[in-house]
Amino acid sequence: MSDALLAIRGLEVSVAGRKILNGLDLTVNTGEVHAIMGPNGSGKSTLAHVLAGRPGYEITAGTVQYQGRDLLALPPEERAREGLFLGFQYPVEIPGVNNVYLLKAAANAARKQRGLPEVDAFEFLGMVREKMQLMHMDDSFLSRGVNEGFSGGEKKRNEILQLLVLEPKLAILDETDSGLDIDALKVVAAGVNSQRSAERACVVVTHYQRLLEYVVPDFVHVLVRGRIAKSGDRSLALELERRGYDWVTGAAA
Amino acid sequence: MSESTKQIQSLIARGYQHGFVTDIDSDTVPPGLDESVVRLISRKKQEPEFLTEWRLKALRHWLTMREPHWAHLRVAPIDYQSISYYSAPRAKKDGPKSLADVDPKLLETYEKLGVPLHERARLAGVAVDAVFDSVSVATTFKDRLAAAGVVFCPFSEAVRNHPELIERYLGSVVPVADNYFAALNSAVFSDGSFVYVPPGVRCPMELSTYFRINALNTGQFERTLIIADSGSHVSYLEGCSAPQRDENQLHAAVVELIALDDAHIKYSTVQNWYPGDANGVGGIYNFVTKRGECRGRNAHISWTQVETGSAITWKYPSCVLRGDGSSGEFYSVATVNNHQQADTGTKMLHIGRDTRSTIISKGISAGHGQNTYRGLVKMLPSAHGARNFTQCDSLLMGSNCGAHTFPYVEVKNPSATVEHEASTSKISDDQLFYLLARGIDQEDAVNMIVSGFCKSVFKELPMEFAVEAQNLLAVSLEGAVG
Repeated sequence: MSDALLAIRGLEVSVAGRKILNGLDLTVNTGEVHAIMGPNGSGKSTLAHVLAGRPGYEITAGTVQYQGRDLLALPPEERAREGLFLGFQYPVEIPGVNNVYLLKAAANAARKQRGLPEVDAFEFLGMVREKMQLMHMDDSFLSRGVNEGFSGGEKKRNEILQLLVLEPKLAILDETDSGLDIDALKVVAAGVNSQRSAERACVVVTHYQRLLEYVVPDFVHVLVRGRIAKSGDRSLALELERRGYDWVTGAAA
Repeated sequence: MSESTKQIQSLIARGYQHGFVTDIDSDTVPPGLDESVVRLISRKKQEPEFLTEWRLKALRHWLTMREPHWAHLRVAPIDYQSISYYSAPRAKKDGPKSLADVDPKLLETYEKLGVPLHERARLAGVAVDAVFDSVSVATTFKDRLAAAGVVFCPFSEAVRNHPELIERYLGSVVPVADNYFAALNSAVFSDGSFVYVPPGVRCPMELSTYFRINALNTGQFERTLIIADSGSHVSYLEGCSAPQRDENQLHAAVVELIALDDAHIKYSTVQNWYPGDANGVGGIYNFVTKRGECRGRNAHISWTQVETGSAITWKYPSCVLRGDGSSGEFYSVATVNNHQQADTGTKMLHIGRDTRSTIISKGISAGHGQNTYRGLVKMLPSAHGARNFTQCDSLLMGSNCGAHTFPYVEVKNPSATVEHEASTSKISDDQLFYLLARGIDQEDAVNMIVSGFCKSVFKELPMEFAVEAQNLLAVSLEGAVG
């Protein structure tokens, strides 16, 4: 167990005195893709944010080991530099800050952590352009402000572009599929699939199983009232689709 | 009348009691201000009669004026009779002998700003020639300017060599009686810069006080006069981005720009005077009058300012758009942190036909800082078809600071167009967390957001200045969030 990429044990989290996660266990090994599904308010996004280190959550019990280290002891920027990536459900706009500038700053922050020199600006740009093609983004995205005036779909594609450029060990995608039409969903899924590898892992948080048709998970977990009520393989997602969340929430009650 | 005003009034009224006992050869005049002090300053500088009279006129008018209190500022009383109005440039022997003698905190700031080592010494007031051959640099650039016919020299030198230009243009944009601080400056100004660009000449380099080494010690009452003759172009950079420690409390400068037909003047400032400590003790009162006049047709004047220093900033770089088709611009970033206060903005006075003006103001408030934009756009009856666009954005960091906007608009010509946009925002936790989650540390994240906010102003600055301005902003907002 100690060689798991991510090991969550008995995690309990409250927000403003209300318990959201209630004894959650999850193990993610490299090479795996896990889907976390669940009804609204079951704690999916809270889990994603707590792993990324967002302030405002009170962790009352449990442990999270990431690469054998205590993840909860690290500030969010350290987690990112150690290869943990959160794809946001609602990416914010940062007016006036070039997209490519942010990409470079983020890449260099991670490289610095590993004792590597800063990226060569020219090579970096070439690499970013390649990934942008995959995400069906044109060159103008490079110089636009981060998410500034982007449509919902553009924001999500931009998140995946960052994922592709930063090549994290563990990607946590928080409802990346929400608000996407089918074409955009396919582009996003292709992006996610392109970075699947034996050295890396991905946790996909989603409400619907639609994304999972394109990003096929190794494991599916159903989150109900802050803990994992049911785990299985891809067929679990299909069964959920057929029978609805009531099937699991009823069983967990 | 407030107690402090009374105090000043009574001081002014009773005149200078200590008399004039100092020996004339001494380099510093005792505190106090009356006609004999003004005459002395003028005599020391061997000025022509017209200038002495001009100064005296200013003084006499100043004595009838009251300190302005309309700005959104809390100003501790200033005792104008306790200031010494003439002091020869500080002797090098009084300065620190080497960097080892300089306040380490100051050096730390230079380090963060990326100021080159030799320049750190100069800025800290270490005897220059020991570390940096300023003379040769100055000579090279003077030769190039002379070849182009551009005059760029200390004000006092211009008074000696070009009295006709001084007599013709001095006070023609900012009259002696313009305002309290301008009148004071007119009476006692010590030195400053003078620029004249002849017709059709494009100045071959950016003019900067960086090169004019002797401009550093011009003291509290600088006077700058820039004249761009017909069809000429000039870009002038004022100040340097490293913090200049100065014990002087009051800094009352006047800058006048004159652009004739088709002339372009671009004036950029990065101001980082000592802002006082974290508790608001000490720091410079920066009360500056800056005004440019587009006197000719299609003339153009552009002000860009990045104001991060001073305890109090009171300045409104303005444009008088007299010539038909002339245009004025004002791009400003003003930052206040700790207990700093800024009341700054611009005036665009449209007189000529088809005159245009653009105002972009970015105010950043942090700590207990109070930041005010105050602007006037005035379209006179003669300003047919004139246009103005104004955008004022405020960024708040933390909950103890303030942002205030006072835009005044007066339109007396029905064909004129005035547009005003304004916004106030806070650095959001969402923006910060987004950047943290990309591995960027807190300080860099804040700087990134702030720089993005100021981008439309920074892009107006000459390249190397823009980089320094960004670094400067980072230093002045250190610890503002978190």
